[in-house]
Order: sequence, then C-alpha cells, then structure tokens
Amino acid sequence: MHMIIEKKQLSEQVYMMRVTAPLIAEARSPGQFIILQVDTDYGERIPLTISDANAEEGWIRIIFQTVGKTTIKLAELEEGEEIAAVLGPLGHPTHIENFGHAVCVGGGIGVAPMYPIAKALKEAGNKLTVIIGARSRDLVILEDDMRAIADQLIIVTDDGSYGRKALVTEPLKELCESDDKPDIAVAIGPPIMMKFAAETTRPYGVHTVVSLNTIMVDGTGMCGGCRVTVAGETKFVCVDGPEFDGHQVDFDNMMRRLQSYKPQEDKARHLCKLDAEADRLADKLPEKEQA
Amino acid sequence: MSHKSPAELRSEAQAALAEFRGLEKIRARDRLALPQQEMPAQDPIVRAGNMHEVTHGYFEEQARVEAERCLQCKNAPCVEGCPVRIDIPRFIGHIAEGDYAASLSVIREASLLPSICGRVCPQENQCQEYCTVGKSLKDIFKSVSIGRLERFAADRGAAIDASGATPLKGSVSRTVPEVKPATGKKVAVVGSGPAGITVAADVRREGHEVTIFEAFHKPGGVMVYGIPEFRLPKKIVEDELHTLEEMGVEIHTNFLVGRTRKLKDLIEKDGYDAVFIGTGAGLPRFMHIDGENFVGVFSANEFLTRSNLMKAYDRDRSDTPMPIPERVAVFGGGNVAMDAARTAIRIGSKKVSIIYRRSRVEMPARAEEVGHAEEEGVEFLLLKSPTRILGDENQTVIGIEVLDYELGEPDDSGRRRPVPIPGSESVIDLDTVIVAIGNDSNPLITRTTPELKANKWGNILTDEFGKTSMDKVYAGGDIVLGAATVILAMGEGRKAAASINRMLRGEADPVTEA
Repeated sequence: MHMIIEKKQLSEQVYMMRVTAPLIAEARSPGQFIILQVDTDYGERIPLTISDANAEEGWIRIIFQTVGKTTIKLAELEEGEEIAAVLGPLGHPTHIENFGHAVCVGGGIGVAPMYPIAKALKEAGNKLTVIIGARSRDLVILEDDMRAIADQLIIVTDDGSYGRKALVTEPLKELCESDDKPDIAVAIGPPIMMKFAAETTRPYGVHTVVSLNTIMVDGTGMCGGCRVTVAGETKFVCVDGPEFDGHQVDFDNMMRRLQSYKPQEDKARHLCKLDAEADRLADKLPEKEQA
Repeated sequence: MSHKSPAELRSEAQAALAEFRGLEKIRARDRLALPQQEMPAQDPIVRAGNMHEVTHGYFEEQARVEAERCLQCKNAPCVEGCPVRIDIPRFIGHIAEGDYAASLSVIREASLLPSICGRVCPQENQCQEYCTVGKSLKDIFKSVSIGRLERFAADRGAAIDASGATPLKGSVSRTVPEVKPATGKKVAVVGSGPAGITVAADVRREGHEVTIFEAFHKPGGVMVYGIPEFRLPKKIVEDELHTLEEMGVEIHTNFLVGRTRKLKDLIEKDGYDAVFIGTGAGLPRFMHIDGENFVGVFSANEFLTRSNLMKAYDRDRSDTPMPIPERVAVFGGGNVAMDAARTAIRIGSKKVSIIYRRSRVEMPARAEEVGHAEEEGVEFLLLKSPTRILGDENQTVIGIEVLDYELGEPDDSGRRRPVPIPGSESVIDLDTVIVAIGNDSNPLITRTTPELKANKWGNILTDEFGKTSMDKVYAGGDIVLGAATVILAMGEGRKAAASINRMLRGEADPVTEA
C-alpha cells in the first residue's frame, strides 16, 4: 500500500522518502500531516508533516530526522519496501491567501513542512521571503527547492559554516524593522525557535503562524496527548491545529510536555542503536571471513 | 469481599444442583432458595499482576444452578430492561435443559455480540434491575445473573454449535451467518466499533457489499483501544471481526473518513449507495482546572490506548512509552475510570485512588468492576472533587488539591446532588492524574461534512431509524447518543441497518406514532 519509491539521505540524521499514498496525495493540502507506523503490532504511531505531494503520480514526500526508535527503524527501510501504516492527511490545512509579503522561517528539519506552505503562499501571489536556519552547513535542507520559489532566500547557520552566522531571529527582526515589513510570518522548527521567532515579531504586530509537532497517539482527537495551551485554553494539536497563533501559544508548557517520555525514549533509542550496530557488525562478519 | 477459588465454587454448585434435582416437586420458593452463583475469577493478588481476563466464566454446573433460579415469569420484566429485547427467559430455559446451542440461537435472534455483551453490559441497570427474583429477595444484586448466563451460552453454546462436540470451556466458534446473493449495492460503514460491526453484519447478510473504514491500524473501536484485555479479551473481538471478513465484509484500516476521503465523496465519487457513521464518542473531556496540562496528566483514553491498542503494558516489546506512575489519582466513577485504575495497578503503580464526587451507590460503573477494583487494591476517595493539580517548577505533577462534598437533594438524574463543603480543601501527594470524566462526540466528521446536522454537543441528529439530515447517510452509537454502552450502540446499529436495507430495497420506513 505505502511503498517507498525514493529514499535519500540528506545529512547524517536526515532522510527524505517519497512514498506511494494516492488517496492522501489527492486529499492533502499544505500544512497537513500524517501518522505512520513501521510495525502495526508493537510499533508506535508518530506524526510527520507532509513536505510535498503529487496527486497525479500518487505519492507524498516525508523528511524526517532519526531522533527516536521509530524514525531510526524508518530510516532502515529501503526503496521498494513498504511502510506498515500511514494515516492522513490530518489536521487543518494552512490558511493561504495573498497577504502581501510573507516570510517563512524554517529551522532545521522544520524546513521540510515549510516547503509546501511557502510554495502555496507564493502561488497565491505573496512576495515570499524564506529564512532557513540550521546548526551547520550539512544540516541545511531543501535549499534548491526553496530558492526556486522564494523572492529572497536567507540562510543562517549557528556556526557560520554557511550563509550568515546568526540565529533565524536576527534576519527576521531586520525584516520587521525594514520598509518591507512582512504582513505574515510562518515559523516551523524546534519549539524553542518558534517561541523566539514569535517573540521577535510580537513587538511589530506581525501575525505569526507556528506549526506544532507534539506527542500524539491517534491523531484524530481521541487521546488528548497532544494538548497545548493557546490563549489560556486547551487545544488539541491534531484536530484544532497543527497551526496556531504563535503569539498565543504557551511554548514553555508545550516543551515540558514534549519531554514527558524522555527517559524512556533515551533508553529505547540507545537499545535501538545497539541493535543497529549489532546488525551492522553481523553483516560485516561474513565479508571478513571471506576475506 | 472474600474470594472463593473456582474449585470451591464448582463443588458448591454441584452440591446445590444435586439437592435441587432431588426435590420431588419444584416450587418457586425452591428456586429462590438456590444460591446465587458467584463468578469464578482469578485470585485478586495474582490478577493484579497480569493482563489476563479476570473472570473465567461459569462452570457448567454453576450455569445450570443459576438458570434454575429463573422463575420463567410469563410477563418477563427482564426483557423490558434489555435494549435489544433478548428473549431472556427462553435462553435461560435452554441452559437449564442443557441445550446451550439452542440457548445461543435465541440470544442471536436479537443480539450479534453475545460474548461481548455478556461481559461488558451494565446488567444491574438493565435486565437484572427488573428481575422478579431480585425483587422477591429485595436486592437487585441477587437477581438472576443474566449477563453471566449470556456469556456462558455465548462461550459454550457457540462452540458446540460449530463442532457438535463439547469443546474446551471458553472457546468461541465463528459460525458464519448466511449471506444472500449479491445485490450490486454498496454500503460504507465508518468506524469499526460495536455499532459499525452490527450494521456491517446486518447489511451484508442482505447481499449488499460492505466496506468498513477504520482510522486506527486495528479494527474494533472502543472494544480494542478502550476496554482492557483483562475485562474483554481481544481474541473475542478479533473473532467477531474475522466472522465479518468471512462473510465478505472488507475492512480498510488507516482510513479516516472526512480527511482521507470526504464523506460526500464516498457517495458521489466512489458509488456507495449508503453510509453508516458509527465513529463513537472519541473526544476526552477535561475538568478545566489549573494544572491540567502538566506533565503526568492523561486522559483515560490516552492512558488506555497506550496500554491496550499500543500494548505499552508489554514493556519489552512495545515501542509506545507508558508513564511509570507510583501514586495515581483517577478522576471519575464510570467503567472507564475503573479500567484506568485497574490498568495502573497492573503496570505496577504502588497506590491508585479513584476520586469521585458522589458516593459509591451513584457510581455509574458496573458493580462487578467496582468490586473487582476494590479487591485489587484500588482506593476509593468518595465525595471528593479535585480543584487544582499541583506541579513543581518543571510543570510536573506533584499532587492535587481536593474539596470534600456531601450529598444534598436529588438532581435531574435522580441521584443526590453533591454539594461542596467550603473550606474542606486538602492536598494529596501523587505523580500521575488520569482524567476519566467522559467523552464528547468526536467533531472530525461533522466539521468536515457541513451537510450533517448535529446538536450543540456535536452529536449527529437522526430520526428514530438512524437517518441523518444527509441523503443516504445514517448514524448510530455514541456519535448519536453521547457516551453510552456497547449494547445501546448495537441496538442503534440494528435499527439503522434495517432502515438501510429497506432503503436499498426501495421500501420506506414504517410509519410510527410520534
């Protein structure tokens, strides 16, 4: 059902896959996500945002970082293999219109879900500025894709190994202070980046949309594990989001909740890496014997 | 509550049966004198450490004694209490005669899922509430144990029915109902819980093609993600679903109607002649008190789904993490609260407390579940309600503040209204809170299908046959009723299926008095 038709390693921990999913490719809009499982017996369900899709050819693209047991197992799948379960598209699509000047701020892996949103904003007639932030040069993804659609592309890295040595908030602030102040900002990336991007735009009154990636089980409103506090009210990211007004989100609470299972996740990842290492060694053994 | 071993219960039943059969003439008072048969169960200390089914089901001798307790009332008040009107005296009569296959076929005239309903129905608020035996003995808990007998017939009778031989106790056969010749009509069923399963079976039998769409990776709905293994073994639900597949029903998992495909598209683009919505009440309620989003606060749905569907109780194999609570409070007094509390005990929590703002008699949970929870060491803090959840500097739960209540005048529901006692706040130290105060309707399908009319709580509005405001679209179960029971969902499903079948034959629904 969901075959991997292309797999590419974008950096040490980041992978891109194109996966057949005709119904999802047809139904999805920018901003929506899927929940996938690599094993339907004991595997967990994880949300991943769709980073591109083609309805005619019936595929969706996902880009993910190997941060936990499931993403590590996912990265071990090869072209031609199937992903056991893919549910989607989930969540509300991004609200797209011609706002005027739109600035899209993508941090790290957050550039992936940003791409279809940026593309749709451009197609709606917006002037499009894209800011890509990454820790270092080899973690910058989708640069060519973004360059092809953006009127202006700004790349910043933490270590200065590519583009400007800065955090995404610096060029964002400059834009807010410039004559070409954005009419809307969209920020997707690590929670701490989204928090500070929202803080940066707040004094300038630039409406800032953030896309939240919380812990989820079902993704349909059933479990409430994804709940966040927005403007003092509890919202479910899966059915009320995933996008919210960044100026209203309680990021500190969200970050705490994201850490709920940290000890268990660390242990699972550690064991998973040991397994992978054992497999790798086992694979190598016969070669050595032959040699 | 003292726990009798299964062997003791069996020999007591043997003795009672022998004595009863020795009577020359059997009068009603002899039946009333028969001892009510207790459900054999795993030892509470043992079962608190495993996920296996708590109750074993009646031994044959016990079933025979319990069946002899039935007075075979001509007016059968128990039937009035049954949402699907099973002919209770008749099925019990067959058990008394030892004809379990006949007994099961009587139940099946009205109910599709007897092995499930026998386990999870709140019988004391349904059939058993009206039982003459209970009334005569002035205690509804002494009524004939209709639910236990239903389970016995389902577990036992089905197996005999299939093989002709007496099989192992507890095995359930899958006799495949007959399917009429293909009509060329297609029906979509959204959701694979009790309502959806019922509609799928009843519509398929008429020869229509049926496809079930399920959002999760496994079908079964609340019977799989919600009700734990120790109360309803998943094998039983799997068998029911397998029967559907053998009848030719297709089940599409990982398919969310409303998102993967719009409901309208199923009719307009995919050629379905009718759609039944049985998506359940999957939107957990919270209390809206301070601290509810702290780390360590879960909805019962999340806690139970992690454990049941994602098998997180199986720590060595499951990838889905589970909280490791030491000291747990469960808010609520329903079956879901009991399920969550008993699951917490089983995954190793040291102390688990149910916090409920009324008293024990007002608890909506099945009496048997409350009793089992108590035997397993769950503490009941009654007439208390949480006012806020306390957290540390990391927003991690460290306790709750509760307010004491007393019972006042009866409210609209007839239960005595809990009245807060000002200044009675106290603090309980704990690390995990599970909120089990009910579910609202899942808004996904109504939000993505503007044509569907719903009330202010999001329940889909239907007529008495389950017809919605949208042509060819029916709904039933919790999405219509609000959170209710398996048997009510099944009853609704049967009505809707009958109406769908009539529509597909080109007949109108019967006119009834309004």
